[in-house]
Formats: sequence, C-alpha cells, structure tokens
Amino acid sequence: MKLARDTWLIFQRQAQLLLRNPVWVFVGVFQPVMYLLLFAPLLKPALNAPTQAAAYKIFVPGLLVLLAIFGGLFQGFGLIAELRAGVIERSRVTPVSRLALLLGRSLRDVVSLISQAVIITVLALLFDLRVFIGYLLLAYLMLALIALMTSAVSYGVALKVKSEDALAPLMNTVAQPVLLLSGILLPLTFAPGWLQGVAKWNPFSWAVDGTRALFDGDLSNDDVWQGLGIIAVLAVAGVVWAARQFARSVR
Amino acid sequence: MIETRGLRKSFRSRTGRETKTVDAVRGVDLDVAAGEIFGFLGPNGAGKTTTLRMLATLIEPDGGVATIAGADLLKDPAGVRRRIGYVPQGGSTWDESSAREELVLQARLYGITKTDAQRRATRALDAFQLSEYADRKCKTYSGGQRRRVEIALGIIHEPKIVFLDEPTTGLDPQSRAHMWDEIRRLRTEGMTVFITTHYLDEADALCDRIAIMDHGEVVAEGTPTELKREISGEVVVVGLDVATTPHAAEMLDTEAYVSKLETVDEGGLRLYVDEGAVAIPQVLRRLDHAGLELRSIELHRPSLDDVFLTKTGRSLRES
Repeated sequence: MKLARDTWLIFQRQAQLLLRNPVWVFVGVFQPVMYLLLFAPLLKPALNAPTQAAAYKIFVPGLLVLLAIFGGLFQGFGLIAELRAGVIERSRVTPVSRLALLLGRSLRDVVSLISQAVIITVLALLFDLRVFIGYLLLAYLMLALIALMTSAVSYGVALKVKSEDALAPLMNTVAQPVLLLSGILLPLTFAPGWLQGVAKWNPFSWAVDGTRALFDGDLSNDDVWQGLGIIAVLAVAGVVWAARQFARSVR
Repeated sequence: MIETRGLRKSFRSRTGRETKTVDAVRGVDLDVAAGEIFGFLGPNGAGKTTTLRMLATLIEPDGGVATIAGADLLKDPAGVRRRIGYVPQGGSTWDESSAREELVLQARLYGITKTDAQRRATRALDAFQLSEYADRKCKTYSGGQRRRVEIALGIIHEPKIVFLDEPTTGLDPQSRAHMWDEIRRLRTEGMTVFITTHYLDEADALCDRIAIMDHGEVVAEGTPTELKREISGEVVVVGLDVATTPHAAEMLDTEAYVSKLETVDEGGLRLYVDEGAVAIPQVLRRLDHAGLELRSIELHRPSLDDVFLTKTGRSLRES
C-alpha cells in the first residue's frame, strides 16, 4: 500500500517534469521515423520480401525493441543530474520506500517508451503494416518489460558510478554488441552459423524473435513465450538489483 | 534532544595503488538540549558534515551510539528520520520544479495527505517570504531565495530537530543576516537547530552553544562566552621583523604580566595578558630599550579563533 502510494508520487513527479519539456517526444520519435523512411525502403529488395508491408513486419518490431533498449539504458543520466542537485539525498532522509524511488522512475520510462511505440506503430500503419490488436498489445508488454529492465539497470549503474563520463562509454559498450547480436536491423536468419550460435546467448535476440512472431500473428510460435519469459525474469532481476543500489547506505 | 557517545566513522580512500583509511570522525560525544541552536564549528574537512550525515541516517556509523529525539540511531533509523529534518550543504531543489511543487512533494514523501501537504506548503511559503515566487521554477531564484526553499523543505513535516549543513555558505551578507533571522525563528517555534559552520562570527552570533571540531574530534564545547572566557584576558599582537622575533620572545617571555607567548610566522608575537591597557606600555618600553623596531601593535579581545588557536595550535582562518 505504502509502496504503491510512494511509487505513484514519484511517478507523478517524474511524468510531470517530462511533460513540461515535450521536446523528448520529438527527439524520441525522430530517429525511428528516419529509419522508417530512409532505411526501411532498402529492406524489401534486401530481404527479398514479396511486399513492402511484409518488410515492415520484420523491421518495425526490431525497431521498437531497439527503442526500448536504448531508451532505457540512457535514463541513468537524468538520475546523475538529480544526484548532483541533491534531490536524491533529500528523498533519502524521508521515510519514502526505497523501491518506490526506483519504480516510480522506471515506470515513467516505460510509459514514455510505450507512447513512442504507439506513435511509430501508427506511422507504420500508414505504410500498410497490419497487426492484430491483441498481438500488438502482447508485443507492447514485451517492450514494457525490456524498458523496465534497461532503465532499472541504468539507474542502478548510475548510482554506482555517479558520473556521466563513466556512464556514457559503459552504456555504449554494452548496447553495441547487444544491438548487433539481436538481429534488430536484419534478421539473424541471414547470419552464418557461428554468429547465430553467439546470438542465442543474447536475451534480446529472443525478445526480437518473439516480437516479430507477434507482429506476424503467429501466437503458436515458441519464440513468443520464450522471449516474454526470458525478458520477464531479467526485468525482475534488474529491478531487484537496482533497488538494492537505491537502498544501499540507507537503512 | 541529541546524545551521542563515541560516534566514529572512517573512509577508505585510494590514491594510485595505495589504500588509505581516513578516520573522518574519531569518537564524538555530544549533548544537545531541546530548543537550542547548536553549532559545529571547524575548518573544512574537520568531520562536521560526516557527523551530521551520520545523525541524519544518511551514513552508517562504524561505532558509537546516539539517541536523537528519543529514537535510537542504530536500532530505529526510520524513527529518527520521522523526527528530524536535514538540509544538505549542496542544495536540494530541482531547477525545473517550482518551490510549491517541491514543498508539496516533500511533505507527501513523509506520508502527509495531499490537502494537508498543500496547506503546509502555502504556510511555509508565507513564513519564508516566498509566496511571490512560489510558482516559478527554482532555477529563476536567487541564492538566498533558493536557500530558504531548501530550509522550508527540511522542516515541512515539523520535525523536532533540524540539521542545517553550512546554511549560509555562498550567501551575500544581506541574505546571510536574513538567514540568521530565519534560523532564530525556527528556535522560537520550538525546534532544536543543529548547524555546521566554518564562520567564526556565525558561530558567535547565532549559536547558543558550540562544539569546536578539528581532525574528527571535538576539541572544545560550551557557550561562545564560556569558551572565550577560558582564554583569560586579552591578546596583544606585536608585529616585528622575523630576524628580531626570537630575541624579543626571549625577552618578553620572562615578564610577569605575560601569561603565554606565541610566535607569529610572518614575524611578531602574540602575548596573552590579563589586561591590555596595562601590558602595552610595558611591552613598548621593553622593546624600545632593546632597540627593536616595532612594525605594528594590536589589542584583541579573545575571539573564537583564539579559542581554536589555543586548542589546536592553528588559526581557523588559515586552515
């Protein structure tokens, strides 16, 4: 009860600050839209897809997962600014739930990611992408879990390193191989065997496969449940670890 | 209201490959009574902030015990948290929020209902003369206004004790005087105020009682008047050439009216005497006889700096 109340308080505050500066919507949507307009047209011939819509069915899910990973991983920067301003310390002397300090922030990130995802999906509909709404909602659940995990981990790391100069290269170093090994831009079915083998160890590659299956309307595909399961477990682990960082040094 | 015994904290710091343990606070005993303004005076790095952060539950002590407003610091930190307010040194407001938003949020983090939080915020804005800018973003405030918001944030839940870490550092003289009035007002409202400062005049003018801290230890404790009285008499500072200083020291040390004598690094002597008016003519006569050239002569009533100097052998102004 107290946890829910405190989380809501933090969420409200963070969401309010985000809405006050709506540039983020533009920034968050601009890049994916550029991919949609300037990169996706290459895919139909490259993937040998029968129609442009079929190419979008492969590309848009990957793009959304990419957005969820990156959107989450870079949230830590905001927290470092808050640390510096003394806002975190000010919360720490109150009896507020330490878990709520994390969850309120991460849920804000999840909501902002999902709103970006909705905008991009709607734009893709204009390019003849067609997805069944129920499957789309499951895909959004996958995105929400990814964003929850990456933003929580980013906050946890930010609390540990306490400096933008350390956080930026760290996050980039993690994000790059994760991106390349997840088949986001091109499906890994084109990859040589050894690369596919390595990618099997990347949880995000499972998430991308699952999201693609959902966009394809193939609910019976094992990728869907495996992807959701793996990401859910990792999201819980990420939240637990990051919550510990918030509670550390404060009893 | 606050009672600590043997409070300790050390940090490990690493320079290159060497790991060093720094004893930031080495056994602090304090007794602070309800309703007083208690000051922690000391140079930067003396361990004031570390002690304050321990008392505010922000860092865990390595040893010692403390009771704060009836709650045990080690066994019941949550209880301590509810009873205290803490205003950090480096600020605590967010640029993009307004004072009112910050105050309402802070009150709600203490579990206060929304309507009550709004009522309290309005009252605090009034009391701290912030109503005019209440809904502007914090980044538009002056240093003094921002500091007042921060203090209002620290007491929004009506704590019994409020800890203020260097409350006037970086403020202009006028804002500083204003802040002193605000702090005195907190005491009138029945709060116990615990401040840290490295300003001698602040400790002297504002605090009912002070503890002087150096190298992680309390070296003196009492009311400013008591502490100054311990240094009996007055201080005559004689400016001399570095070369002639030892000779003068040897000569004046044996004089009956000089109770204590110290050499000043840049040449000259500090003479602790019972009464300056009696001592000065005699000092002048002795120096004149010996043919030593005098550069300056000053008479000081003892200040807290003299207290610091006698306890630590250094001047607070230099450290």
